[in-house]
Amino acid sequence: MWRHVILGICIPVVLAGEARAYKAYVSNEKSNTISIIDTTERKVVGTIKVGQRPRGIAVTRDQKYVLVAVGDDDTIQMIDTASNKVVDTLPSGPDPELFTDDPTGKLLYVANENDNTVTIIDIERRARLGDVEVGVEPEGMGLSPDGKILVNTSETTNMAHFIDTATRQIVANILVDARPRFAQFKDDGSELWVSSEIGGTVSVIDPVKHVVKHKVNFAVPGMRPEAIQPVGIAITHDGKTGFVALGPANRIAVIDGTTHQVQKFLLVGQRVWHMAFTPDEKYLLTTNGVSNDVSIIDVAALKVIDTIQVGELPWGVAISQR
Amino acid sequence: MWSRALIRAVIAGGLAWVLTTMTVAAEPLTIKIGYIGRAEKPATISLIDFPPDNDGIAGVRLALDDNNTTGKFLNQHFSLEEVRIKSGTDPTDVVLQLADHGISFFITDLPADMLLKVAEIGRQRNLLFFNAGAIDDRLREEDCRADVIHTAPTRSMLADGLAQYLVYKRWLRWLLVVGSHEPDKLFADALQRAAGRFGAKIVQQRVFEDTGGARRTDSGLVQIQRQMPLFTQGTPAYDVLVAADESEVFASYLPYRTRDPRPVAGSAGLIPKSWDAAHDQWGANQLQNRFMQLFSRRMTALDMQAWSAARMIGEAAARAGSGDPQTIFTYLKGPEFALAAFKGQKLTLRDWNLQLRQPILLADGRTIVSVSPQEGFLHQFSELDTLGIDRPETKCRLK
Repeated sequence: MWRHVILGICIPVVLAGEARAYKAYVSNEKSNTISIIDTTERKVVGTIKVGQRPRGIAVTRDQKYVLVAVGDDDTIQMIDTASNKVVDTLPSGPDPELFTDDPTGKLLYVANENDNTVTIIDIERRARLGDVEVGVEPEGMGLSPDGKILVNTSETTNMAHFIDTATRQIVANILVDARPRFAQFKDDGSELWVSSEIGGTVSVIDPVKHVVKHKVNFAVPGMRPEAIQPVGIAITHDGKTGFVALGPANRIAVIDGTTHQVQKFLLVGQRVWHMAFTPDEKYLLTTNGVSNDVSIIDVAALKVIDTIQVGELPWGVAISQR
Repeated sequence: MWSRALIRAVIAGGLAWVLTTMTVAAEPLTIKIGYIGRAEKPATISLIDFPPDNDGIAGVRLALDDNNTTGKFLNQHFSLEEVRIKSGTDPTDVVLQLADHGISFFITDLPADMLLKVAEIGRQRNLLFFNAGAIDDRLREEDCRADVIHTAPTRSMLADGLAQYLVYKRWLRWLLVVGSHEPDKLFADALQRAAGRFGAKIVQQRVFEDTGGARRTDSGLVQIQRQMPLFTQGTPAYDVLVAADESEVFASYLPYRTRDPRPVAGSAGLIPKSWDAAHDQWGANQLQNRFMQLFSRRMTALDMQAWSAARMIGEAAARAGSGDPQTIFTYLKGPEFALAAFKGQKLTLRDWNLQLRQPILLADGRTIVSVSPQEGFLHQFSELDTLGIDRPETKCRLK
């Protein structure tokens, strides 16, 4: 502690250039644990026991809790970021998988895979406010930056459902390729990207006109097309670069945010699922399910710079803002 | 006066027209599906394997639930009619009656010859068939038809899926035991072909004669425990006993009862199949849960094959935005079609014989031991085409 302060006083210029230490929380689907990674030291600094089959994970906007969907326990657990202990649960529907919170941090929208609904939860009151009926096997959840439109993808119906968050009514349904798993808006709200795991594509959707304006295809030399299974999506704040996790292709595709052309493939661990940026956007962490590790990508250099062993079958990752 | 009446008439007519068009616009597009199953149930050695009454059709019902959930958003509706026919009877009336009800899509669980008969009747009415039940290779080879899509895997696909795993295990010396019925021999042929393709050796082949008799007796176990070691003694050295017994006469009696302690595969022990109650990977858990909720039982391979057929129709109708049989058929045969069926990769159609490409699960009755194709069995086009008869060898000419 003192050492850091002294260093800070002596050579502030160097420190300013260095990445800050953040905590990354990785859900290990098989171990039923969360691995805590210090992003500066690049090592696991703690492990939290949680419920069964933890997958979707996020840090609340006030940074007080890590929320993790424990699908086989049909609930979302709240981990206190100060004590690293599970302190409460949120009433999702059966088998929650992915969720997103609204810009105020008060509401949580949860996809319940087992009953074709999206559940709306008041985080503070731990109360279920209502459900929206969607397609079969809801999974991906994306919220427009203004919080007005919630997008849910349904894996067997193969649609992106646009839900008006004020009326909780579906306002548009857009067919995408088979088994859509993840939905991500650009920060300026101009585009919505939806990955199709079995279809092997990413649909770039115009959220105003409700049309697919571009479809990103992936061809990895020497790789059979069936192995290319896009899942997680991360887009930089400026919207200029998108990253798509390609599952058993063991690669992250780097996509030009303007032209939507694939620029590069980065080799990571096996069956890569999801990703999260450090808040300064210097690094991107990926969860590699089959190889039980997390890859760290240097975002500016577009290079994999490190690999960290975590628990068994790491699935989701979320990073604290401080 | 006259003009007022005219105005009234025009208003009334206009209103009627508006109402009619509104009703027409709100009426969903209905896509009718027929299911033709067999009236007889096969005998099985194990009570656990005895097929439920709604085997197959339950898969269609679940798929229609899925299709109709999607259909809500597209104004499409899927309906189902079911018939069962006895083998040896003339199916003409049954098929034509369903066609008269406006059904163009038929999902069938019929023996090969009956399926061919039914499809021939359907030809004059432009009906489309999805073979969910028959695994005969000849339906995709010399007897293939341009109006029959196959969601059931073939015997050769099942045999290849099993063989790849046995070869991966280096269990290369097989004792092949074949039943005395025709389907048993066909499965044995497929296993022999698989052994030859992937480098296994059949050290000896034995025939287990079906001498008749009941499968369920009160003191049967005592005899079986004595018979099976006798039947499997005096063999050359082998690694695995591979049984071809689709008729359910003996294979399930082999595990733990062979003369030498050897694993059993094929029709018992490690069984290749399109689906299993224990399969939970790649999101399959969700499908299994939905199925269990609806039917209070586990999902069988036939359920899955029928589910796949009904989902193919739903998928094509959603994508093509049409219920027209030819439009749907064209979509299914085209490069855009892909079915997500909880097997870790997309399923597509072999355009040369309309067989659905699919991974083969290897199940031991408790868990999924492995899923083929195995790593390292390569193919220039699709690794799924390492399973079954491939394009260069096909005898199929679609017509």
